[in-house]
Amino acid sequence: MSQAVVDRLSTELGERILETSDAFGEHEATVAADAWVEAARLLKEDDALQMDHFIDLTAIDYPERASARFDVTLTTRSSVSGQRVRLRTRVKEGEKLGTVSGLWMGANWAEREVYDMFGIEFRDHPDLRRILLYEEFVGHPLRKDYPIDKAQPLVPYREVSDIVKLPPFGIEEGQPFARIDWEARLAGRDQQVSPAIGVQQGQRRTLSDSEAAEQIQARIDARRAAEAAEEGSGK
Amino acid sequence: MGQLKVIGGGGEDVAVTTRLSDLLQWARKWSLFQYPFVTACCGMEFMSTAAPRYDIARFGAEAPRFSPRQSDVLWVVGTISQRQGPVVRRIWEQMADPKWVVAFGTCASCGGFYDNYTTIPGVDKVIPVDVYIPGCPPRPEAVLDALMLLQDKIQANDRRPVVVPPKQVVENAPGRAKEGGS
Repeated sequence: MSQAVVDRLSTELGERILETSDAFGEHEATVAADAWVEAARLLKEDDALQMDHFIDLTAIDYPERASARFDVTLTTRSSVSGQRVRLRTRVKEGEKLGTVSGLWMGANWAEREVYDMFGIEFRDHPDLRRILLYEEFVGHPLRKDYPIDKAQPLVPYREVSDIVKLPPFGIEEGQPFARIDWEARLAGRDQQVSPAIGVQQGQRRTLSDSEAAEQIQARIDARRAAEAAEEGSGK
Repeated sequence: MGQLKVIGGGGEDVAVTTRLSDLLQWARKWSLFQYPFVTACCGMEFMSTAAPRYDIARFGAEAPRFSPRQSDVLWVVGTISQRQGPVVRRIWEQMADPKWVVAFGTCASCGGFYDNYTTIPGVDKVIPVDVYIPGCPPRPEAVLDALMLLQDKIQANDRRPVVVPPKQVVENAPGRAKEGGS
């Protein structure tokens, strides 16, 4: 049913609709970045479409893609016809995208979140600030090149002896992300999502506590060394 | 109440002596005013503990004070994000001595499964903690265990951090629901 919406977009925007798809009944149109606002305006204001319900606006990072690093998607629905369609565009790193917050009020915060998490800026946005993180935060954490274990504390952590915890707290408790062999996983040698599943499927053993501690310490040391080197070269 | 010494006896003129510090600690441990710093789902168990079924009032700790200046125990209940770090630190600094801190649940104790850029891996990275309660969330019994542990620590004037030990399951204990029953 939503095919009609995609068809209408294609006839109106022609070449600037790069591709369309309807995977599992979810209709989607990929639009060139410079036609982003125009396509959104058509969805919202066209008498035949009337996509008046803003559902979500988010982004996906493809760091390995050379042409344009990010996908931004906009999901809308029409409360009149019940049609639902997703608009997608591709944005290069540093490229600004037009805002759709003038069309749907709800897009305001969604665009702020995309800015916060991915660093994609929106032209003419009324209030483009970080929405979830703090102003002191450096970088954008949902970019895939953001280090997974890098925190940016606002209060310096206490360094006292009693912070070494007794069991059951310490490295072996909680969700043991620390035990996943991230190097192997990122290199594609291992696909385990959690140590427990890995053991069940016989893929690999989990790291022992001391091995996990060593890995973590090695990562911390490497990062400190890198930061020290960076500071050294900065001066 | 520490060491008690009975003087006199055999009649009505009986006196009991103790040390002043012991008496003070005894008074403190039975009138803990709490500051609930509740940020997440553990709050449900905290409410349950405070409500009549588990009745934290039995331990003299039922009065919440939403001013840190009037409270003795800071209950950190739930996940503490990096953004909340300065807030919880400031609240702790505003409390008058003597003061104690309880880390309620796994997130407050060590960050739980939030092993990423958002979350402080345990509130003890920011403020000193006296009692840790494991559990996600902990049952009210564990919370009461923690409170009693804290009372013991106050009485003994012991500031070393402790973890609430796992519950001992007693099979066929009186009042315990039969297996398979509802």
